[in-house]
This record gives sequence, C-alpha cells and structure tokens, in this order.
Amino acid sequence: MKYDVVVIGGGPAGLAAALAAREKGAKKVVILERDRHLGGILQQCIHNGFGLHYFGEELTGPEYAQLFINQLKDSDIEVKLETMVLSVTKHKEVVAVNVVDGYFVIQANAIVLAMGCRERTRGALNIAGTRPAGVMPAGSAQYIVNMMGHVPGREVVILGSGDIGLIMARRMAWEGAHVKMVVELMSYSGGLARNVAQCLDDNDIPLVFNHTVVEIHGHDRLEGITIAKVDENRKPIEKTFEYVACDTLLLSVGLIPENEISIEAEVMLDPITKGAIVDETRQTNISGIFACGNVLHVHDLVDNVSVESEIAGEYAAIFNKDEEQSKHIKIIPSEGVRYCVPQMIRQDNKKDVDIYFRVEDIIKPAFINIDADSMSIKKKKKRIVTPGEMEKMTVKADEISKASDRITISIKGKQ
Amino acid sequence: MFDVAIIGAGVTGSAVARELSKYDVKVCILESENDVATGASRANSAIVHAGYDCVPDTMMAKLNVLGAKKMKQLCFELDVPYKNIGSLVLAFNEDEKKVLEELLIRAERNNVPDVRILNQRDSHIVEPNINKDIIASLYAKNASITSPYELNIALAENAVINGVEIILDFKVDKITKTDESFKLCAKDRCIDAKYVVNAAGLYADEISKLCNAGDFTIVPRKGEYMMMDRQESKKLHTVLFQAPSKMGKGVLVAPTVEETIFAGPTALDMADKEDTSTTLEGLEYLKKMSVKSVPSLNLGNVITQFAGIRAVLKEKHDFLIEESKQVKGFVQAAGICSPGLSASPAMGQEVVGILKDAGLELKINDNFNPIRRKYKSFREMTDSERSKAIIENPLNGKIICRCETVTEAEVVAAIHAPVPAVTIDAIKRRTRAGMGRCQGGFCMPRVMEIISRETGMNMGEILKASYGSNIILPNRKGVE
Repeated sequence: MKYDVVVIGGGPAGLAAALAAREKGAKKVVILERDRHLGGILQQCIHNGFGLHYFGEELTGPEYAQLFINQLKDSDIEVKLETMVLSVTKHKEVVAVNVVDGYFVIQANAIVLAMGCRERTRGALNIAGTRPAGVMPAGSAQYIVNMMGHVPGREVVILGSGDIGLIMARRMAWEGAHVKMVVELMSYSGGLARNVAQCLDDNDIPLVFNHTVVEIHGHDRLEGITIAKVDENRKPIEKTFEYVACDTLLLSVGLIPENEISIEAEVMLDPITKGAIVDETRQTNISGIFACGNVLHVHDLVDNVSVESEIAGEYAAIFNKDEEQSKHIKIIPSEGVRYCVPQMIRQDNKKDVDIYFRVEDIIKPAFINIDADSMSIKKKKKRIVTPGEMEKMTVKADEISKASDRITISIKGKQ
Repeated sequence: MFDVAIIGAGVTGSAVARELSKYDVKVCILESENDVATGASRANSAIVHAGYDCVPDTMMAKLNVLGAKKMKQLCFELDVPYKNIGSLVLAFNEDEKKVLEELLIRAERNNVPDVRILNQRDSHIVEPNINKDIIASLYAKNASITSPYELNIALAENAVINGVEIILDFKVDKITKTDESFKLCAKDRCIDAKYVVNAAGLYADEISKLCNAGDFTIVPRKGEYMMMDRQESKKLHTVLFQAPSKMGKGVLVAPTVEETIFAGPTALDMADKEDTSTTLEGLEYLKKMSVKSVPSLNLGNVITQFAGIRAVLKEKHDFLIEESKQVKGFVQAAGICSPGLSASPAMGQEVVGILKDAGLELKINDNFNPIRRKYKSFREMTDSERSKAIIENPLNGKIICRCETVTEAEVVAAIHAPVPAVTIDAIKRRTRAGMGRCQGGFCMPRVMEIISRETGMNMGEILKASYGSNIILPNRKGVE
C-alpha cells in the first residue's frame, strides 16, 4: 500500500490535517483511527464551548467533530477505523492492524502524527494506600458517563483542576452524584477560567487550593481519602491530614502526549511538552514526519488544534523528499516561559508565524517580549497570563528575518 | 464425595491440584475469592531463587532447591514465561561481604550449584549498571524470573483440564470430621472429602483451627513494590539483591519477564491480613534502595505501586508441610512465604507423598495431559503469525489495550478459559490489558463491555477484583 499522506489518528487534529492535505493537492490521503468512530475524544465531550474561535459559534464536542467529518465524507480521503498503528519507521513505513486489512504496511510519502494524549495515572503520582475500584482518570469516567450511559459513583472527589476535572465535576453533579470538592495542588486552577466559573461556581462545588491526596482507603471499593495541605515545595504537611469519605476519586492530573510510536521512528521530543520538536510547518526532525494536536503539545482549546493541524496537513501534502531541507532558527523559551511551539523556524520561511507558548506562573499584568538574536522585535502587554491558558504571538516574516540564530520569548511582571 | 479437597487456589494449592490430577482421584479446590491467584501468589517478587539463602536442612531448603531445578520444565509444559538471568547479592562494605561468605557456605550445604563470590570488577562485568561503590557480590547463575500469577493460573487451568474442579466463592467457615471423611462448608454450601489439604495462605491458621488440626499462627508480612516502565529495561539484566536481613532477602531490583523493572519488597509485619495498602514511607524507602543498587534508574518512570502479603509461620522459620498430628487425613501446606514460588514445582509431589502415606490410593490417570497452552498473545506473534491469526479470528485484529497491544480475541479467550476470568483484574493478569503505562485508562471501559457481552452480566455487576469492588455504582434512584 502506498499513500501520499498517512494521518495517524482521526481526532480533531487528524481530521483537520487530512482535509488540509487533500485540499493542498495530496492525492491519496488516509486516516488511521484506532477507535470505532472519528472525532477522537471530542465524541465524549458532550458539553459546549467548542468552536468559538474557529467557527465563530459555540458547539458541543460531537458537533465540532461532525463539521469536519461531513467535509471528509464529501472528499475522497480514505478512513480506516478500528485500526491500530503498531509502529512507524523513519523511512515512513507505517505498520498497522485491523480486521479488514489484517496486518499491513503502508509506505507513506509523508506522515502526520495526530495520536493525541493520554491521562496521567495514579501510579505517576505516588499516592499511598490501597487499590480499590472507584479511582480512575477523569477522562475514563467521562467515557463511562457520556459514552456508556453509566455513573461510576455517588460521593465524588476530584484531584486536579485541569479542564477535564472541572468538566467532570459538573457532569457528575448533574448526574446526581455529590461532588464534595475539587482538590488542586497549586494555588491556581490548571483549567480555563470560564470552566472554573461554569462548572464549579455555578454548581457550588468547592475548589481547594494547595492541597493534595496523600492516601487512598478501602479494600474493594473506595471508602475515603486522606487529603493534606502542601507547603511551598508542594510537600504534604502532616498536621493538616484530613479524612474525606467518598466512593469515587477522579484524577485530572495532567495529560501526556502519546508518542511511543514517534520515539520508535526516532522523532526527537521536547522534554517539556513531551511532544515532538517541530518547525513552523510542524515538521519533526525526521523529514516527512509532521506532528500536530495534543500529541505535539497539550492544548486547552480544540480550535487551536484545528489551526495547527491544517498547517501540518498542508506541508505534509507538499512535502518533497528530494528537496533539500532548510536550516533553522531556534525559538527559545526564556524567563517566565515554560515552552513554545514551534521550537524552530526554517531560515527560508517567507510567512508570518504564530508562536504558541505557556507561561510558568500567573503574572498580572504581564509584559511579553520577543527578541531576534539579542534585539527586541516585539512587545505586548497583557492584563493577565496563566499557565492554564495557552498564549499566542504572531511574528511577522520580516521580523523573523532579523534573526540569524534564535528568537527568544520572555515574560515579566514589569517592564 | 471428593477424594481430596484443597483449600486455597494460590500457587501452592494449584500445584498440589495439578500433581493430584496425574492420578485417578476426585479433587476440588475451594477458593474464597472469585479467581485463582488473588493472595500472595498475585503480588510477590517473581524470582525463582537459586536456594542459597535457606537455612540448611529445612523444608524450605529442600523444596526451594528441588523446585528451582524443576521450574524450567514446568514453565515449558504450562506455557509460562521463564528466564534464567542470574542474580547478584551486592555487598557495599566488609560486614556485608561477610554475609556473602555465609551465604556461599549455605549454598554448598544446600547443594546449590554455580554460586560464587565475584570481586568488584567481575560484578560490573556481569551487570554494568550496578553501583560503583560495591566491593563484592554473590553471583548465582541459576536464579531466574517467572510470572507468579501466570504460573498459578496455568497450574490451575491444567488441573481443570485434567479433571480437577475449582469452586470459587467458597469461603470455608466450618469443617466437620466424621470417621470416614470431612464435611467442609461455606455460607450456603457444603462438600464432602476424604482428605483435606490446607493451602489457605494467610488464613491457613484459621482453617486449621476450624477442625482442631493444629495450633499455629500465620503472621501477615507486607511487602511493597514499585513498577517501572519498559523504558528502564535496558538498565538491568540481572536480579539484584542487597545483603539480607532477619526480615527477608532485602530490597531487590529486578527485570520482570515482561521487561519492566520492579523494586521491592519492603517487609513489615501487620495485624491485618487484608491490608495491601502502600505507604509513603515504604515508597520513599524503595526509591532510595533501588537507586542504591542501580544509580541510573529514572524514578520518573514509575508506573504503579502495589503491595503483597507473605504468609509467615510465627513458630519457626520454615514451611509447615505435614499431616496434622491431631487430625488424620488433614494435610498442612502452610506458612508458604518466600521462597514459596520457587518451591512450588516441588510442592505438589511433597504433599501428594504425604497424602499417599496417609492412605490415599493413587492410581495413574492415563489421560493426564501435562501440556497447557495459553491463548497466543498478539504482542508475541511474528508478522506472519499475526496475519494468519487475523484471518482465523478477526478479533485478533482488534486492539483493546493500546499500551500492551492486547487484542479482543485475547480478552474473549480469557473470559472463556478453563478458569474463567470475569473481573477487570482477572483479565489483566491473563492478558496484561491495563498493565501498561496508561494503567487501564483507555481499555477498562472496553473490557467491561466485552465482559458484559460475553457473560450477560450487566455493567453494575462487573467487578474490578474482589466482591464489593463494583466499578459502576447505582445512583440515588437505584439505577445503574
């Protein structure tokens, strides 16, 4: 099997990338999706709030996905559902398996990695105690409620105030569960401000900052947890230990891009984003392999995923393996900036580039500064920046051309 | 009327059952839980010990050395993973080096071959990633690794194939001895048997007391473990012990047959036989000890922690394997702590020998089939095997667990196996679905759907593990 562009993953990133690739002239495009349906995690996100930026209207997750799926149906892009990609090589061979084609290998001209992310688990957190039923990632609970039509518990505590945790707090409350609290390790929410307001405040669910879960109790089903206040080093303070009875603990403690097959293809990862290091075309260090969406870095808005994935799809379509690869200018996150994507720009780039980045801490007001080499090319003041909301700065092509080696982004509380 | 009732479907009970199935006798295993391998056999170090550290002339020494010799053949017959990778006991100072010398003497007295002390340089040749500060090590070439619950499941399945009956959810709470036989009762049922084997693990003392077969105490000794992702696997190829103490063999770091790395166990005597909780102190201790053995381990790659409980005989440091002095026909197989797994291949013959001496008639079962094959896992197939498997059964082309590449065919096979797996954890132990880096985040709901479809159970009935571990709770209106 030979394809011009193979898109791995049929979630929002894969859908947008495939459509953009076909639009840009790639003839044979295929999406390999491991689930039973396209749309990825959007299908279980039945709440609204999607599409305000991209479509200019507020949609639910499945509605947002459907707008892309409808376009796909009008195209000749192939879709293989319930298809698991087992490995990808740097020579762009994709090994996959499904019921229809069996075990098969595709030779791709270009590949778009759009596998999304998975949830961090209890194991990664080192929470002591037993291992009863009733402790699960918030996204798994969301699947059980929204896709299976069951409710995993009655007395609920949520650890982590990321967006999934906030959404699931509201969802469980609306299903008749008693959501006792959302416990957050940091002194601020990791989710969008609008989700804190709409999910917690509107449903009278307390958000407890600077606390964590230190122990899990109950032999068969969860019976309770011990929570504790943490000190400035995020270490639990013993004299603040407090028992909270509950039968369900949902974990919303971070998302990890699913890059296991990228690593096998020798794609280099950014230690902070845990996603690939890419240039402004979303090409990785392996020429012809592109990455976009949550497998590249975890987004808070699907609208941004769509925009990013269209870039990856377009460049995958015009990728020519015989063309010499350009050298790069590095984009470096400096003071106050945790990471930025893309991490580099091709020297022969002729376009304006949107740089997405996350800050390390809440800063208000915030002064963003972008340097080309050591010369300032852009400044912007923002009322507030928070780690939970991704920032974007557009750098113009002529500004980029002033840099010979690097572009640096920094952020300060004063000018 | 059964000829023999075995209480407990751990590795000991299952090994005895399988050995008995070689003969023409009617055997049952009574298990209080809803699956085999739910106690100490589920969570332990998975090491086939060479046998050098057992006190000479004990039952432990005898069965460990004999069991270790038989393990490879047994794993071959039962399709259980087994890897001979050798072990090192590390000495960081002169005192610990003296311990190595004592262990070497024991090795000779226990007739354990191929054990020797290596100097610092040779230790590093055997295992390049160990701490540079060690001064010597004890190398045991025959130490191996296996999968304890897979061995347990395989023994039980093979026993069932050869005619043994496993009765789950049968918690023996009453034993009555008549002239000819025993009546063993659980809350709602009773069975009769001519002989009883007490392989009840942590509860062997309580079972023994039920028919006044002997007074001894089983102390639950908890061991905490932490498991690391495959990404760490290149850093370790040998089982690494630190110098042992009175409480056990010390913290070890070792590869598993699945190519993850684990560290553990801690050793803490408990009051509660069901307390499998992990502790902050225990986990901190394991982290410290594991990087002491292998400084390059990345503790950020820990994927899960768990605890197992060893059944330790309080009265003496040995297994208790004998016919009860008080009650004829009642055989104790108790206090099977470490090296119980290593001893298990020899355990069957030992106990069956005692039953024979007690009068059990043993006629060869001509139909005994020693071979058990598990449903071939997709993960272990070659490319051409994979293509063929999908044509034979399309469910081989449906991946359910992404992290461990487990197919729907494997899950379905586990549900319909000779010992059916119908809980999330039972399926996990047989297929590895949910054991990988996402720890079941994606596959658990899928596995629930498959259990429901294959067994007709509704979602609210599906358990994670023991009774009471329902994953979905009825809401306030009582609707699931």
